[in-house]
Amino acid sequence: MNKAAYETKSGWNWKRNWQLHAMMVPAVVAILIFAYVPMLGVIMAFQDFKPWLGIGGSKWVGWDNFHKIFGQEDSLQVVWNTVILSAWKIAAGLVVPFVFALLLNEVRKLAFKRTVQTLVYLPHFLSWVILGGILIDMLSVDGGMVNRFLHNVFGIEPIFFLGNGDWFRFTVVVSHVWKEFGFGTIVFLATLAGINPSLYEAAVVDGANRWKQTLHITIPAMMPITIVIGTLALGGILNAGFDQIFNLYNSMVYEKGDIVDTFVYRTAIVQGNMGFGTAVGLFKSVIGMFLIVISYRMAYVWANYRIF
Amino acid sequence: MVYKSPSQRIFSIVNVTFLSLLSIACILPMVHILAVAFSGKAAANANLVNFWPIDFTVDAFRKTFQNRNFVSSMGISVFRTLLGTLIFLVLLMITSYPLSKEQRVFKGRSLYIWYFVITMLFSGGLIPSYILILKLGLNNTIWALVLPGAVDVFSLILMLNFFRNIPKELEEASHIDGASHFTTLFRVYLPLSLPAIATLALFTMVGHWNSWFDGMIYNTKSENYPLATLLQTIIVQQDFSKITMDPKALADISNRTVKAAQIFIGALPILLVYPFLQKYFVKGVILGAVKE
Repeated sequence: MNKAAYETKSGWNWKRNWQLHAMMVPAVVAILIFAYVPMLGVIMAFQDFKPWLGIGGSKWVGWDNFHKIFGQEDSLQVVWNTVILSAWKIAAGLVVPFVFALLLNEVRKLAFKRTVQTLVYLPHFLSWVILGGILIDMLSVDGGMVNRFLHNVFGIEPIFFLGNGDWFRFTVVVSHVWKEFGFGTIVFLATLAGINPSLYEAAVVDGANRWKQTLHITIPAMMPITIVIGTLALGGILNAGFDQIFNLYNSMVYEKGDIVDTFVYRTAIVQGNMGFGTAVGLFKSVIGMFLIVISYRMAYVWANYRIF
Repeated sequence: MVYKSPSQRIFSIVNVTFLSLLSIACILPMVHILAVAFSGKAAANANLVNFWPIDFTVDAFRKTFQNRNFVSSMGISVFRTLLGTLIFLVLLMITSYPLSKEQRVFKGRSLYIWYFVITMLFSGGLIPSYILILKLGLNNTIWALVLPGAVDVFSLILMLNFFRNIPKELEEASHIDGASHFTTLFRVYLPLSLPAIATLALFTMVGHWNSWFDGMIYNTKSENYPLATLLQTIIVQQDFSKITMDPKALADISNRTVKAAQIFIGALPILLVYPFLQKYFVKGVILGAVKE
């Protein structure tokens, strides 16, 4: 077969393409079982589901589970907790890496720059199990290192970082930023490296100092990617970080620290209320889907971003 | 030498100091845990240890490795990491290759793409997936840990974009030489994509090693717990009801230095692959950003 024939050949072309279709089979089957079958499983949200009766045998309850979500004060509180924690995380998770990248960009010594990068990227790769174990120890009221430091240096009484609702939220946001800000700078640093140096040269000729250059060249150049990251993050506003919350929270802070995912886990898997748990999960998935579509659309309109 | 004004010099000093402090803050918790792990029991329990061991001893590490639960959990973690990454890579290769073809060459491509992308937008949630694993009888097996995440659509998109940047002439040449698609994939595309594959493989390995939730909900027996799940249960939750353990090891676990040693060993593989990771992941993060 020559090149022209190869290019113009239309239709399914099974003779050559069966191999391509064959390659698709394992992943298609895996996705069918582990992604599409659970999607059908959401009918459990309309049942009083009992695992031993199965979907066929469990009692239908219509919209009851959803009425329960909106009728119960604690489930609404959980949604609110999720949104407020996410919003803080998104905002801080955008501002801190942005500023950090700008500051790091001002450093001229390459060896120093690399060392800083090596250190700040590291926490991203450690799991919340490890960090949870460390933080619970370090933030302990009873002689934890942080409270000892605050007491010895500032004379502050021990703070219940993980036992008081408001302090818990604070700790969650700060520890999230601490873990992820370094990794977040990668994209910004790549953008900074891509700015055309002749822009700065022209600015110097016009008499602009470093601050003016940052204000009028660097920051405008970083805006598109910042908008993309920000809008895409909005799509995940109902994900407030299950791993982190689950490894840091305890029954004392459920009121202000419980989020949708941890709530689903406790009501469904621990207490066995499967139908209700599925309903909360479905509610979250549907809202999440709309948010993702809207956020990708916004990223496309405002910053011309496409995933494909 | 570039001339610096006094204000620039002051900014420079403040900036470097600030950046240094922040960088140190990123590793201080690990340093603290390591110091506790190497300290004597009395000093650790009296909250005297900060960033340097007091009464240096390796006792905590010795006790940790004498604990049979800990060692076997570590084995399970290693196994799931290797098996999970292998399955992930094979599926990634053979799936992203066809999807990297143009629609006019590979009819049905957009159908497949949508089939995968829909799963990024909508998911059944935790409970249906959990029930599915139980109904399939995968609970208490390694398959519950490696199969559900075997196809990652985001990695798929990164990989197919990478494949698209490989010149089409190479594929045409191998085709004219009589190579099948399988041969082209494994003899032409694969060797050319090693950096991308290494990036995604390292990320997947870290993901498997760190993964604890699946190990917790899909295993009713603590003997099957991977290390991350074991650490979650005994150190974070401090829940010993699910763990069958000999009383001597149980007494050691409430010991602060032993806890610290276990946490450190749990993080050690990540610290060890980190230099390799760092070499690749910056590339990996911007991998999908550049399109033809």
